[in-house]
Amino acid sequence: MSTDAIALPGTGMASRPLVDALHGWVTTVDHKRLGILYIGYALVFLVIGGIEAGIMRIQLIHAHNDFISPQVFNRMFTMHGTTMIFFVAMPLVFGFANYLVPLMIGARDMAFPRLNAFSFWLTAFGGLLLYFSLVGANGLYGAGNAPDVGWFAYAPLTSKTFSVGHSTDFWTLGLLVSGFGSIGTAINILTTILCMRCPGMALGKMPLLVWLNFVMSGMVILAVSPLTAAQLMLMVDRYLGGHFFDTQAGGSAVIWMHFFWIFGHPEVYVLVIPAFAFASEIIPVFSRKPIFGYPVMVAATICIGFIGMSVWAHHMFTVGMSSNANTFFVLSTMAIAVPTGIKIFNWLATMWGGKIEFTTPMLFCVGFLFQFLIAGLTGIMLSAAPFDWQLGNSYFVVAHFHYVIVGGILFTVFGAFYYWFPKMSGKMCNETLGKLHFWLFLIGFHLTFDFMHVPGLLGMPRRIYTYEPGRGWDVWNLIVTIGVVFQGVGTIVFITNLLWSYYKGKTAGSDPWDAWTLEWSTLSPPPVYNFASIPEIKSRRPLWDLKHPADPDWKYE
Amino acid sequence: MKPTPVTVAEQKVEWDLPARGRVGMFALIAAEAAIFTIFVVAYLFYIGKSLTGPMPKDVLSIPIFYTVCLLSSSLTIHVAVRALRRGNRQTFGILWFATIALGAAFLYGTAREWHRLIYQDGLTISTNLFGTTYYSLVGLHGSHVIVGLASLSIVMVFALLGNVRPEHAERVDVLSLYWHFVDAVWVVVFTVVYLIGR
Repeated sequence: MSTDAIALPGTGMASRPLVDALHGWVTTVDHKRLGILYIGYALVFLVIGGIEAGIMRIQLIHAHNDFISPQVFNRMFTMHGTTMIFFVAMPLVFGFANYLVPLMIGARDMAFPRLNAFSFWLTAFGGLLLYFSLVGANGLYGAGNAPDVGWFAYAPLTSKTFSVGHSTDFWTLGLLVSGFGSIGTAINILTTILCMRCPGMALGKMPLLVWLNFVMSGMVILAVSPLTAAQLMLMVDRYLGGHFFDTQAGGSAVIWMHFFWIFGHPEVYVLVIPAFAFASEIIPVFSRKPIFGYPVMVAATICIGFIGMSVWAHHMFTVGMSSNANTFFVLSTMAIAVPTGIKIFNWLATMWGGKIEFTTPMLFCVGFLFQFLIAGLTGIMLSAAPFDWQLGNSYFVVAHFHYVIVGGILFTVFGAFYYWFPKMSGKMCNETLGKLHFWLFLIGFHLTFDFMHVPGLLGMPRRIYTYEPGRGWDVWNLIVTIGVVFQGVGTIVFITNLLWSYYKGKTAGSDPWDAWTLEWSTLSPPPVYNFASIPEIKSRRPLWDLKHPADPDWKYE
Repeated sequence: MKPTPVTVAEQKVEWDLPARGRVGMFALIAAEAAIFTIFVVAYLFYIGKSLTGPMPKDVLSIPIFYTVCLLSSSLTIHVAVRALRRGNRQTFGILWFATIALGAAFLYGTAREWHRLIYQDGLTISTNLFGTTYYSLVGLHGSHVIVGLASLSIVMVFALLGNVRPEHAERVDVLSLYWHFVDAVWVVVFTVVYLIGR
């Protein structure tokens, strides 16, 4: 059992000095190690981004609070948004994809292992660059020391006139560099899936997680590139005196919005499709049934991928577009509800009549089903342009997209942690702590984000650093902030669980969940080469076939 | 605890997957195409929106000769790869060098054009919207030509050292895909800048 092949740095390596172990991690091109690096990196930034959110919520706990200054508040929401999207959600998605895709398709590594390492270090460097702004952005101007233009950085806030100093430059460069990393990883995942599948694994026999990550990678390639282009233009404006977004010289501020949201909306699907992928693996295993409607699930995902590329301007209804454009984006946005609804019904149908086991990963996935449904429903409300004119840029919008990202994506990511931690570490997670984490986070999530809708409906705009008393917003903001405490404690329980289980958890064995996909056929943690002999498969559930030779799946598929 | 080898005893499948170099390059080309699309859209959107001169019709002239150079380099690289695949290494070397020479000629053309625009017509990237979009779009393409030329030159050095053999034809072919893409982008840039925008 080659546990030392995958141990965390500085632990379980008594025979080797720490420097050697760290050197191994820095120079690795192994997809499993890079996956863990991505995930560990994301967890660090999750804590940082969470602290930033906590600071904002303390400031808003009651009217006329002066916990932080307006300037610091601007920096907090900018850093919180940028960090959570680019340096938490994206690395988590890529980390799990990196770790799982080669194992699930029976390959020994990604198609381009060195590109994989290069992409990770680009992403890591991008995050460091963003946070280096705290030290390096001051410049000679006595200007702000962290980006404060909001995570979508609308022009002309980013022009030299309104953003003196270098804070916006750090934001631009950080996103540009990590964007190159994302594109590199996406190319790698796509190529791995197309070129490295084990014999017998036709496209229609891939696990759903692999299919969904395939669509995700395609979307990253087509969506992150426009952001890269827009950042290049912004740099031309700021460094070379260009006029792309300079209205004084005939440029357009609205075109930045278009370019940003051509990236920004598909990005939501880039993040949520892997969340669907986790649910599509976890729900069948703990319902003891194969996924319901596999071909339809694949078709619905591709459909979401296509429609998701053509809905971006629903972020811009309040800007004042032509009525034709408004109509198009209303209808295309509403159309997304159809394939998404198909998916929700398929997950429910998978659970229907199954022998459901409510383990921690399954609990998180069930929470996801409910919460993602509500997030989708408020999404349909906001997709109607007149409704959006009323509530655009209010806390209702903030509540809606946090419902998607926390209630939908983060919940399944937590589920994925509990589900694949035994594979990654060889140890089982503690179920009691896991359930405590689930309930704390569920209560905290609903306290915060259910009640956040209300001040939005009552007219509270987003990104204000304080508010007048007596508008009916006070009590709601208090409840929202109290919810953050629960989420914070839940996160501490989660991190404790990971660390405790890594050292003290009981040994998992190669297949603790009695699951069906290929990653459970190898050791936990897997050896560097993944599979001693390259597997050959005949159905979508190769381990089921192996365990039930009298009644294999391929007879029915 | 032993891993479970997963095999299917009676199964003998024909298993032929696409080459990862080609797939990876096509994916990269898709990403690059998306970047160029945004720059092209910005160029089209800002045609005629400059508040001050110089305007495109006053200063731009169609670079027919250098365009022919770049486009014909697609032909030479294609024939070069075909020659290598057939084992004709000398023909490969000559045509590969011709590709580099044609690409370099194109870059020289761009350099002359920019020199004239900057020093005679007074158009820089910060002069007006036309300058901003023109230098960004043409410069983005030019930087891709530079990257392509650098990669082609590395292969040229290997070829001169006698290290490029017929078994490397597939790899060289992947690089030629990138070069074809750079040429194809020029067709779009040429149309947008010199035909539509002038």
